[in-house]
Amino acid sequence: MTTPIAALKAHDPRVLAIGASAGAVEALLDLLPGLPPGLPATVLVVVHVPRDRRSALPMLFAPRCVLPVLEAEDKIGADPGHVYFAPAGYHLLVERDGTLALSSDDLVNMSRPSIDVLFESVAYGFGPRTLGIVLSGANADGARGLACIRERGGLGWVQDPTTARVALMPEAAIAAAHPDAVLAPAAMADALAQWGAAA
Amino acid sequence: MNDAPAPDEQPDLDLEIDLLLEAIYRKYSYDFRRHARASIRRRVLAALASFHVDRVSLLQDRILRDAESFTALLRQLTVPVSDLFRDPSYFRALAQHVLPMLGTYASLKVWIAGCSTGEEVYSLAILLDEAGLLDRTLLYATDINPESLRAAEAGVYALERVPGFTRNYQQAGGQRSLADYYTAAYGGIALQRRLRARVTFSDHCLATDQVFAEVHLVSCRNVLIYFDRELQDRALGLFRDSLVPRGFLGLGSRETLRVSRHADAFEEVSREERIYRRVA
Repeated sequence: MTTPIAALKAHDPRVLAIGASAGAVEALLDLLPGLPPGLPATVLVVVHVPRDRRSALPMLFAPRCVLPVLEAEDKIGADPGHVYFAPAGYHLLVERDGTLALSSDDLVNMSRPSIDVLFESVAYGFGPRTLGIVLSGANADGARGLACIRERGGLGWVQDPTTARVALMPEAAIAAAHPDAVLAPAAMADALAQWGAAA
Repeated sequence: MNDAPAPDEQPDLDLEIDLLLEAIYRKYSYDFRRHARASIRRRVLAALASFHVDRVSLLQDRILRDAESFTALLRQLTVPVSDLFRDPSYFRALAQHVLPMLGTYASLKVWIAGCSTGEEVYSLAILLDEAGLLDRTLLYATDINPESLRAAEAGVYALERVPGFTRNYQQAGGQRSLADYYTAAYGGIALQRRLRARVTFSDHCLATDQVFAEVHLVSCRNVLIYFDRELQDRALGLFRDSLVPRGFLGLGSRETLRVSRHADAFEEVSREERIYRRVA
């Protein structure tokens, strides 16, 4: 099995798609602040949040991250080295040209935003040049999407369930997608930092 | 869409989707060609599962030969998702910033573009009623899907949706009881006839049709997110050309004019609620 860093070099991902639910904040605090300036990929994050409120996540993470952290807006060109959170109440998708798109389609896996919806759009848009990451959570959203990313040649990482506050989501992703690596979030950040510094 | 084929079995998926959308346009005159691709792709993949076919080209064959299949597909391509007073803060902002200005006109016209099954139409009618403006307002409610328009015109909604509607109405600053506006009917609720009497429902396509009236307010929420930028620009151009000078435009809570070439034609009234006003 290739090391995570070797796999990153081989795939040279343009998009990092991250999904999390219960336990998301702890896991993301171990991951996002470790991403280096000038990371050559766009970071898209779906966290299950209540639909009828503004998401507090961009404000929570912006001061803690080196990379700019924003809430995704419809038809905005997503820049590499930036982190975009899906807004509450909307699915987040990405087009082949890197433009972000929102949708108010029905709930998927009882969620809007849904991780599967983001992951499938990234898989179709960017194929092998995708890294999908499933973190802590209490339902199976993201498992099917990560399998879709892997089927289209992309990389899939899953949080080591023993490090997750809620293991169900990583366990479902491991079972469905046979990920390339199962890692603690801090180890993911280390690998991405080394890759980003070399890229 | 759990039964959809694995993506690696669909190497020419986007090409086949292009051909399907072209076929729909040429045969049925519905234009989805400039809809945002990622969402259309999801809906087409979901349709494959429900039609029990494994390729988009087979779906195309079906809908070209069978108009009923097309009607079923159209339903899936234009999934209606709305509620009475969805995003209550939007309606509060309209009541606060827009209705007082509209009240200065002797008669009013409002266009709800992409009205789907009518929830937003009746929300606006109730809001106008509570501001004392409904009697001098004509609402135009348009959509491309004839089934949605019929549902909108009927104004009948399932009983289990009423608690959510009521909560939204209260959060939107409703002054009465929502029950004042409907009667029990057909295992659901029917909005009052006097609300419906102020509404004209009609077929209108933002991709292909033209301006049809001069209006004081356009409300078009969570419709533009399904368009690509070029089609968004076309629709926003129609809204600008339909609005009276200083007329108002309301969009969905995460839609923006910022990337549009019509951005300079509007000024912000409420940034947070995406309410704009025509300046040029």
